[in-house]
This record gives sequence, structure tokens and C-alpha cells, in this order.
Amino acid sequence: MNREVVTIKVFRFDPDKDKEPYFDSFKVQVKKGMTVLEALFDILENQDGSLGFRYSCRGAICGSCAMHINGSYRLACQTQIEKLEVEEIVIKPLGHLPVIKDLVVDMRPFFEKYESIIPYLISNPKKDPLLFSSKTKQRGQVDPSPSASGGGSKSGNSETKEQLQSLKERARIDEMIDCILCGCCHASCTMTLTDKDYLGPATLLKANRFYMDSRDKGGISRLKLVDGEHGVWRCHTIFNCNEVCPKYINPTRSIAKLKRGLIKNKILGRM
Amino acid sequence: MFEHKVIIVGGGLAGLRAAIEASKYADVAIISKVHPLRSHSGAAQGGINAPLGNHPEGRDDTWEKHAFDTVKGSDFLADQDAVEIFTKEASSRIYEMEHWGVPFSRTEDGRIAQRPFGGAAFPRTCYATDKTGHTILHTLYEQVIKRKIKVYDEWQVTSLAVESGLCYGIVALNRLTGELSGFLADTVIFATGGAGRTYSKSTNAIINTGSGMAIAYRAGVPLKDMEFIQFHPTTLVGTNILMTEACRGEGGYLVNVKGERFMKDYSPKFMELTPRDIVSRAIQTEIDEGRGFENEYIYLDLRHLGRKKIMERLPGIRDICIHFIGIDPIESPIPVQPGQHYTMGGISCNERCETEVKGFYAAGEAACVSVHGANRLGGNSLLETVVFGKIAGEYAAKYATGVEKSLIGKKSVQDLLKKDTERIERLLTKSGREHPGHIRQELKKAMNEKLGIFREKKPMDEAFARIKELKERYKDVTLSYKGRKYNLDLARTLELEYKLDIAEVITIGAINRQESRGSHWRLDFKDRDDANWLKHTTARYTTEGPIISYEPVKITRFKPEARKY
Repeated sequence: MNREVVTIKVFRFDPDKDKEPYFDSFKVQVKKGMTVLEALFDILENQDGSLGFRYSCRGAICGSCAMHINGSYRLACQTQIEKLEVEEIVIKPLGHLPVIKDLVVDMRPFFEKYESIIPYLISNPKKDPLLFSSKTKQRGQVDPSPSASGGGSKSGNSETKEQLQSLKERARIDEMIDCILCGCCHASCTMTLTDKDYLGPATLLKANRFYMDSRDKGGISRLKLVDGEHGVWRCHTIFNCNEVCPKYINPTRSIAKLKRGLIKNKILGRM
Repeated sequence: MFEHKVIIVGGGLAGLRAAIEASKYADVAIISKVHPLRSHSGAAQGGINAPLGNHPEGRDDTWEKHAFDTVKGSDFLADQDAVEIFTKEASSRIYEMEHWGVPFSRTEDGRIAQRPFGGAAFPRTCYATDKTGHTILHTLYEQVIKRKIKVYDEWQVTSLAVESGLCYGIVALNRLTGELSGFLADTVIFATGGAGRTYSKSTNAIINTGSGMAIAYRAGVPLKDMEFIQFHPTTLVGTNILMTEACRGEGGYLVNVKGERFMKDYSPKFMELTPRDIVSRAIQTEIDEGRGFENEYIYLDLRHLGRKKIMERLPGIRDICIHFIGIDPIESPIPVQPGQHYTMGGISCNERCETEVKGFYAAGEAACVSVHGANRLGGNSLLETVVFGKIAGEYAAKYATGVEKSLIGKKSVQDLLKKDTERIERLLTKSGREHPGHIRQELKKAMNEKLGIFREKKPMDEAFARIKELKERYKDVTLSYKGRKYNLDLARTLELEYKLDIAEVITIGAINRQESRGSHWRLDFKDRDDANWLKHTTARYTTEGPIISYEPVKITRFKPEARKY
């Protein structure tokens, strides 16, 4: 197999100009350790300056360059061409999101879902602006009881010291805080395709990140935000999200934890 | 035209922290050329310094000790009044962020954990495994959502509106549509990050082009101390991705081809945890004198730390090594070399983040307050973003509530919008002989080779001539794509023009400074020269090139002394 030169087929589409998407093929000289992102830059600089794609850190931490590469969603910067072991690489944009141009998709629907679950630590539920906004009020009444995720050892509210968090409590959110919100899981999920309102794996993972944080006082209201047909129950545990995550996170597990929390609290008559 | 009381350019840590503060007092918007979560701050790994005293070895830590370490680390070029504010505010900023939800790693008794970093005698660096920047960036963005702060993402600023010493707003290019718009504001804060990508070997994100610094400079705001470029000792061979100082903080060794921990020859007491400028020179010396591997790198060895510690404290480093170079640091040493990492200089401002231009502020890596002087300590950059981000936000918002600019401002921004529209139209229509990519590559190569860790007059003069030539060639540049929508060729060619400005200022500052101080090491002037050079470099823009002048360093508590580790 001649891997010194690789053919890269790139999805092209400008909804303002093109009737339908098409593919362009480029030949790229492969250097040792070359990543798909570097190949895209090679194309941009030397072959076709009109190519659209997102980039920033090139070190798999910013989440800009998530795209579909040879059958799977990946970060272009983290994918080495040699390791794909093929002569032709096919690149498409993230699925289930509107294409703006080529590999650039509109991430707004993704981030709107993320914003809907109150994606920040709730330290005082009675004062929380989003918990009291009209949109979220319909979904869940504020529950001022201590965090359903275990209470935790607190040292008061004063910001002149840290809140205490045991190693065990901190370990509970270890996996979830690695999420870079790249959208690979969202794009790979069959449910985000069939139900446009489904919150999706990244958003639900975030919900669990706060639900499991011993410092968060959202408690049952966190669960209420992810209840319902577009919430956790839409997940059919297909594990696509788990398979594609470039940070090896298992969103399905987080969704299961939220489901369990909901069932438990419903049985106990707390909600 | 858009209007806001306060406009913050940059959605990294300094920008987000400024926005959070400013939103307490005034209407504020963030403008960034990428979504805020894609900012380079997220790539910070090792930690953030504050004298919390949570570690048994650092129980009696104080802001004064932190201040002294910072000033000594800066080779006495930092302004000590600013360093005092910096270190006094540190602990409050950490506690505040902990309450906002930053998932700091913890001690056995549940406090924020601290690890050793270079230039401090005991552990002072708070961390969240080796993803500290990532977790703080996400947490501050969450706080921005909570406050419903308006974000214009994928807008690239093209100009700053300044007239008669007053700032009125900006002009920016919407990357998605290719259209330009004016943004009228009472105050503008630049938190636009560093200029790492003027060098070919850099740990920085590809977006770190120094454009913000250059836009301010072109609008008449001076740049300060630009010749001080930090080279991080340990960057992964090939991609130059950062291998955090925490690798050494947690006990990692630097080893040459003979298998020796060579830092014993350079800094026997602090060994691997000597400040970055010194360790980078040591590594480069080993490589230059034939004790490196393949004349290119040395080893960062973590194997003796064991699987458990590596998985617990340095999981991100392990992932990067596996994905980008195919080795597992639990089993193999990591091939590393020094690489450009940080821009100590920046937009000249005071300890309130105010610049010479009324209504214009700077914070974070884009700014030069200066708290880092000639060499920044590891763990102090994240701290700078939140301490001075907050200060910039507060002062900018308070100033904005007291001014009404209306007509003059509107006209100023409109005029600038017209100018930039013509400039971009010209770029999109003209055809020339020069390829922007070639100019970019040649510039980065020259900077890397001739303004690196070891400097001397002749190569720097050559670099200066090369930059002049590239600036001329840039005038004849042609774009390969002339469309408007998501035109990366246009976006990057605009950035290139600014890069050329920045490279010129770095080079001229370095040629002029005939001494060795911190990161600026001259083979032809090997000593620090306080009598002549204990001063800040200031560069002002003119069409013929920068005009250089000097300003005194503010020395309050700590008299300059020999910097020994």
C-alpha cells in the first residue's frame, strides 16, 4: 500500500450556492505523524483556499475539529493519517446539525440544549436566575432540599475559603469534567436524528456532572430538567456516544445514572 | 452597527472573567474569533498559583513569598506594585472559582490540592489533574451563561477605533458571512491572547496569532517588552504540544543521551524545577553540545512515578503521548524539546489594565502589566487572566457608566468600517504574485531560528531584514479564494499582516537590548546589566516601523539581586 500520498475526499456544500452536497478529491503528501487536520491545512494552503473547517488548539482539548472521518466521528487533530491505514480518507461534517459551509456546521442547536439544563453549579437554588426563568419553571419547581447526590461535607458559603470536597466526592465527577463539548457524541446518536428535541448525550452528561457534584444544590430540580420524552428516556442505550468519544467518556453511563435517580426519587414520592 | 457599553474582545479566561465582572455594572458583550470554549486557555495544563497554604510544606505561605518568587522569576523586570496586587488577589480568585464549580483536585482532607512548580520553594500551584485550564475555561463560560452575557462568536476584529486618545469601539469581520460590522462601545477590553504562532515551533493554539496586540499597536497603543518570549522546556517532539511543568512538579526527570539528570550541572538545588528560561537553556545546551537524541530532543522520564500516579495526576499527558507520538509514558520516556510558549510582553497597560488610550483596556496574555517581566513562572499565567480580567472588567465597566460618546464615536467607527471594507474588498479582488502561506512559513522559520533561546546580533539583524522583505512581499499577496463566506484564506491573511508587525517589534526590541535577562539570552552580552537595561521596552507604531523608547521598572519591596537557583 502506498501511503506516501493519500487521497482525501472532502464533503463540500454551501447551502447558499449549491443545490446539493458533493465531494472533492485531493491528493496529499503524507509526512510522518501527519494528522487529518494538518492534511486539511495542506489542502487549504496549497490546493483549495475555499475549504471551510474549524480549528484551534490542534491538541485535542478545544473541541473545534470534530468531524466524520472514515466511518467514525473523531477529532481531526487527534487522528493520524498513517493509523487509518487506508489510501483514501473520506471526511464529512458533524451529523444532525445544519451545514453552514463544507465541514463547518451550525453548533447553535447543540449549545441551546446544553444551556437548557442549567449548566453551572447551583449554589443557592432560591436565588438562581435560570431556575426561576419562565422556560425552566414549567419543567421543574425548585427543590430547596440538599443535593440528592449525597449532601457532601460543606464548610459554609463563605467565599473566603474553599468548600470542602472529599477525594471520593471529587472522584465521582472525574469522568464528566473531561468533556470538551466537541459534538462527536451528539452527531453519532441515532436519537438526536429522529427526535430534534432530544437533549442528547453531551447535554445529559453535563447534567449528570452537576447532579453528581457534592457542591451542587440543584438536587431534584436537576432531575426534573432531564425527565420527559426528550430527556433521558429517549436514550435507547445504543452506546454510539460511548464508542466515538475522543476523551473516552461514557455518556450512556451518565444517562443511566440520571434515570436511576429519577426512578428512585419517584418511587420514594419525592417528585 | 452594534452597540454595547463594554465590548470585550477574546473569549478565553481573561475575557470571560472580565465579562463576568463588567456585567455587574454595565451592558457587556464578548467578541471572539472562535467559540469561547475553543480558546487557547483550555490548553493550560499544570495549574494556577496562589498562596493558599494547603500543602504541609507550604503551610506558612504568604502573598509576600509568592510576590518575591514572581519578581525573582521575572529577573526583576516585573513591576512590583502590580505583582503585589497580583499575589494579594490570588487566593480570593481561587476560592471564588471553586465556589463557581471548578473541579480542583483535592487533598486528603478535602481542600484544594497544590503541587510543586518551578521557581517556588514549596507547592503553591492549585490544579485539576493536568486539565486545569480546560476546567476553569468551562466553569467561567458556565458563569457567562448564567449571567446571560451576549457572545458574538466567530467574529474576527479588524480594527480598533481610536481618535484623539479616546476609544470608541471596533470593526469586526463575521467569519460566517464575510461581512464587516462596526461595534460602538464606551469601553473596549482586549483579552486576545498571545502571539505564539509567529514561531514555527510553539505550544500555542493555531489561533494565537497576536492579532489583538497588533491591532491595538496600529491604533496607537504602545506594546511593551515584546522581546521577552518564553520557551517552554518540554514540548512534544513533532507537534510541540505542551508537556506540562507538572510532569516535573510530580517528580519527572529530564535525561540526556548519557542517561544523566543533567539539571544537576545547571541548578543542583532546584534541579528540574528551576524556572523555565533556565531549564530551556539547559536542554538546548545539552542538545547543541551533542548530548541530546538525534540532535533534536532529550527525554522527559515519568516511568518511576508509576502507573497510579501518572493516571491520577497526569492522565491528559498520557493521552496526548499515546495519540500524537504513539508512546505510553508509563512504559517509555517522552521525547521533548523546548518550544515557544508564552508572550511576556503585550499591550502596555498599568495595574488597573488601563492603556494610554482612554476607554481602552487590556488583560491576560495580550497585556503587559507587567507581572511576568523577563520570564513568567509556571502557574502564573492562569492567575494573571483571572486577577487582571476581573480588574479590567471592573474599571472598564465603571468608566463606561460615566461616559456618553454618541455622535463622535459613531462617526469614528463608521469611518473605520468604511476603511476596512475597502481594505478587505481590495484583498478579495486584487491579484498579486505572493502566496500568503509562503510568507507565513518563512516568517515563522526566521523567528524560530534567529530569535530563539540563544540570540546574537548577526542572526537577529538577518531576521529583521527578512521581516522587512516579507512585509514588502505581503503588499503583493493574492488570495486563492475570493468568496466571502467562511473564507479562511482571508481570515488567515489578515492575521498574517498583524504577525509581521509583531515579529518586527519582537526583533527590534531584542536587537536593542544588549544584555541577558530572563528569557532574552544574548550570546554576545551574557550578563544582566541593571545599570543600563533595568527598564521596559516600549514600541510605538509608525508607517516606517516601530519607534522604541524605555520606561522605568517599578521597584518597591525587592531590590534587584543576582538571580540564582
